[in-house]
Amino acid sequence: MNAILRGVASATLALALALAGPAAAQTPPNVLVVGQIAEPASLDPHVSTAANDFRIHVNIYDGLVRNKPGTLEIEPALATDWTISEDGLTYTFSLREGVTFHDGSPFDAETVKFNFDRMLDETHPFYETGPFPLSFNFASVEDVTVVDEMTVEFTLNEPFAPFMSNLASPTGLVVSPAAVEEFGEDYGRHPSGTGPFKFEEWESNARVVVSRNDAYWNGAPSLEAIVFRPITDANTRVAEMLSGGIDVLVETPPDNVATFRQDANFTVHEAVGPHVWYAMLNVKEGPFADKRVRQAVNYAVNKESLVDDVLQGTAEVSAGPIPPAFNWAHNDEVEPYPYDPERARELLAEAGAEGAELTFYVTEGGSGMLDPVPMGTAIQADLAAVGLEVDIETYEWNTFLAEVNPGLEGKADMAEMAWMTSDPDTLPYLTLRTEAWPENGGFNSSYYSNPQVDELLNSARTSTDPDERAELYKEVQAIVHEDAPWLFVANWKQNAVTTANVEGFQLQPDFSLVLRNVSKN
Amino acid sequence: MTAYIIKRLLTAIPVIIGLSVIVFLIMAMIPGDPALAILGSYATPENVERINRDLGLDRPLPEQYLIWITNLLQGDFGRSYILNRPVIDEVLERLGATMILAGTALVLCSIFGILAGVVSAVRQFGWTDRVVTFFVLIGISMPAFWLGLIFILLFAVQWRILPASGMYAVYGGGDLSDLIRHLILPAATLAIVATGVVARLTRAAMLEVLRQDFVRTARAKGLDERAVVYRHALRAALVSIIPVIGVQAGFVLGGSVYIETVFQWPGLGAMLVKAVSTRDLLLVQGGVLVAAALYVLVNLAADVAQAMLDPRLKS
Repeated sequence: MNAILRGVASATLALALALAGPAAAQTPPNVLVVGQIAEPASLDPHVSTAANDFRIHVNIYDGLVRNKPGTLEIEPALATDWTISEDGLTYTFSLREGVTFHDGSPFDAETVKFNFDRMLDETHPFYETGPFPLSFNFASVEDVTVVDEMTVEFTLNEPFAPFMSNLASPTGLVVSPAAVEEFGEDYGRHPSGTGPFKFEEWESNARVVVSRNDAYWNGAPSLEAIVFRPITDANTRVAEMLSGGIDVLVETPPDNVATFRQDANFTVHEAVGPHVWYAMLNVKEGPFADKRVRQAVNYAVNKESLVDDVLQGTAEVSAGPIPPAFNWAHNDEVEPYPYDPERARELLAEAGAEGAELTFYVTEGGSGMLDPVPMGTAIQADLAAVGLEVDIETYEWNTFLAEVNPGLEGKADMAEMAWMTSDPDTLPYLTLRTEAWPENGGFNSSYYSNPQVDELLNSARTSTDPDERAELYKEVQAIVHEDAPWLFVANWKQNAVTTANVEGFQLQPDFSLVLRNVSKN
Repeated sequence: MTAYIIKRLLTAIPVIIGLSVIVFLIMAMIPGDPALAILGSYATPENVERINRDLGLDRPLPEQYLIWITNLLQGDFGRSYILNRPVIDEVLERLGATMILAGTALVLCSIFGILAGVVSAVRQFGWTDRVVTFFVLIGISMPAFWLGLIFILLFAVQWRILPASGMYAVYGGGDLSDLIRHLILPAATLAIVATGVVARLTRAAMLEVLRQDFVRTARAKGLDERAVVYRHALRAALVSIIPVIGVQAGFVLGGSVYIETVFQWPGLGAMLVKAVSTRDLLLVQGGVLVAAALYVLVNLAADVAQAMLDPRLKS
C-alpha cells in the first residue's frame, strides 16, 4: 500500500520537474504581452463600450483625428486638415492620401461615409451589424457627404462643440467597409483598420494578437507584435506580472502599487484621467433639499483620507464636476471643500438637520467605481462623526444602475457614481441639467436644477470658440461647487506597471493604451 | 442493460426541460437587464428601449421562452450579445477546457481519495489513519480559491516553476506538455478539496465491508492481505463509492467556477460567472443547459458502472 502511494508521489514529482522548464514564465523578445482585465466584447470599435476593448482598438484603428499623445488636444490622423463653418454646422475634412486598410482596401471619403451611416442610419444595409450603443455621440450628425474622393463633409443639425473630441474618441475610429461587407455581424472578430498594428488572431478567452503594420502611414512601430491577455482576477493578474508572464499590467489594484514601486524590475506609470467619482445627493426631497446640508456633507467627509488610505494614492481629491484632466476647461480657482467637521456641524444645525437619517446606495463594483464598498463605508463613518445616520444599501452593478438611473426619488438620499468622458461637456450635460432629469431620458438622477447652469451648458455646447467654451465651463464649476448637488470625492489617476525592459510607454489622459511608440528590449 | 440506459436517458428529458424553464425564469427575474450591461452608465431609457427591441426582449416572457426553445430544438442556441458570437461555439470551446480540468481533478481525487480511504480503513485508529485523516480534513476545510492563490504565489511567483494562469503559453507553446504544465496547479487545487470527501466515504464503506463474513472467509482461506483488501473488499465497497464519485463530479464542476476564475482557465465556470454579471441571457441559458446535461450524463455513467459492479442492480 505504502509502496503504491510512494510510487504515485514520486511519479507526480518527476512529471512536475520534467515539465517545469526554466523558462516557465518569460515573454518573447520584441513582443509585448499586456494583461487585460477582461476578454474584449468586440473588436468593432462602434459596438464596444468598455475601456478594456478600446485599449486594443486604438492600436488597430485610426480616427479622422486623435488626441495628441499625453494631452486631450486634437491633432490630425486620417484627416490632414479641416474647416468648420461660421455657424458651426458644417465640418469639412481633407483626407490623408495613400492610406490602405490592413485588408488592402483603400481609405477614402466613401469609407468615412460608410462608417457613420452604418452607425446612424437605420436603413443602412449594415446597420444590423450593431447595436452601436455609443452612436449618440454623433446624434447631431444630420448628413455625411462625399465632396470628392478625398474630401468629406459632416452636416450637423445643431452646433455641437464636442464633435471634434468625440471624433477622437474610440467611437470615431474608422473600420474597413470591405471587411464589414465580408464578415457582416462577425466583423467584430475579423477587424480591419488602418492603424499601426494589424489583427492576427483572437483565441477566445486566451489572447488577442496584433502584429506590426509595416505600411503604417505614421511610421511602422518598433514592436513586432502585441498579445492582449484577459486575466479577470486582479490577484492573478498581479501574480502574472510578478512571475514575468506579462509585460504591461493595467488597472493595478491600489494595494499592490506600492509593491511594484519598491521593485526596480518594474516601472509604475500614473496619469490623470477625465474621471470623476462622486456621490449624488437627492436635491428633490429629504435633508439634501437644503443646500446647507449638501455643503455640510462635503465638509464632513475626509476626502484626503479616502484617496490616501482607501485608494492608496491612486486618485486625487476632486473639487467639482469637471476633472483637471481637461486642463483647458478646468477652473483652478475652485478648491475642494476642506475637511472641516466643525463647519459641517454648524451648517447642519443651521439647517435643523442634526441626526438626519440618510439612505446611501453603494455598488459592489462597476466601471470606474474604484473601491466602492470601502469608500462607501468610509463616507458613512465620516458622516456618522457629524451626527448623520447613514444607512447603506449595496447592489451589484447592473442592479445598481437599474435602481439609480430612473432617479433616486422615494428611494434614496445619496448614491455613488463615476464617469469617464472624452469631453468636458458630456458629464455635466447628462447629469446636471434640468432637462436631463430621468423622466426626460437623462442621468440627472438627483434632480439638480439651476437655470443658470442649464443656460451655461447649452451655450458651451453650441459655441465654436474654445476660449469662450472654457470660460463657460469654468463658471459652471464655480456654481456647481457652491450648490453642491454632489459630494465631490475623487479624480482617479490611472495607473499601469511595465517591466524594466519596456520603453516609451506613456498613459494617455483619455484612458486609451497607445502602444505605437513603445519598444521592448 | 441497454434498456436501463435508455430508461435513464428518457427520465433525464423532463429534468432538462424543467431546468430550461427555471434558468430562463431566473434570468428574467433578476434585476438589471442586458441593455444596462451593454450600455453601462450610458443607459438612457431611449437607448435601453432600442437595444431591447434589437434583442427581442420587449416581447412577452412566454413568447421569448418559446422562441428560445424552438430555436434550441433546431440546434440554434442563439448569439451571445456580449461576446458577439454564437452561443454554441463559445459553450463548446469552454466545455472542452472544463472537461480537461474537471476530468483531471475527478480522476485525481478518485485515485487519491480511494487510496487514502482504503489506507485509513485498513489501519483504523492506527497512526497512518490519523495522519491521513488529518490531511484529508485540512483538504476538505480549505477554501479552494485561497489554496489556488497560495499555489500561484509559491509555484509561479516564488519558485517560478509553473505558469500562474491560462491554459496555454501566450506565445509559442500549445502542445501537450504546455497544457499539462498549465493544468497542474488548477487541477491539483480542485482535486485536493474533492479528495477529502471521497477519502472519508471510502473509509466508511471499507470499514463496513471489512467487517463482513466474506472478508473473514477470504482471510481464513489464507489469501494474501493485499488480495483481500483490493480484490475482495474494495470491489464490494466500490458499489457505494462510485455514486459518491458521480456526486463529486457535480462538486468538481461547481468548484471549477472559482478555480477557473483564479487560474484564468477558459472553462464553462468562468464563462458563466461573467455571463451572469453581464446579463448575457442566451449564454447563461445555453451554458447551464449544457453543464446540466453533462452532469446528468456523468451520473448516468456512475449508475451504469455501479449496476455493472453490483449484480443485484443488474436486473
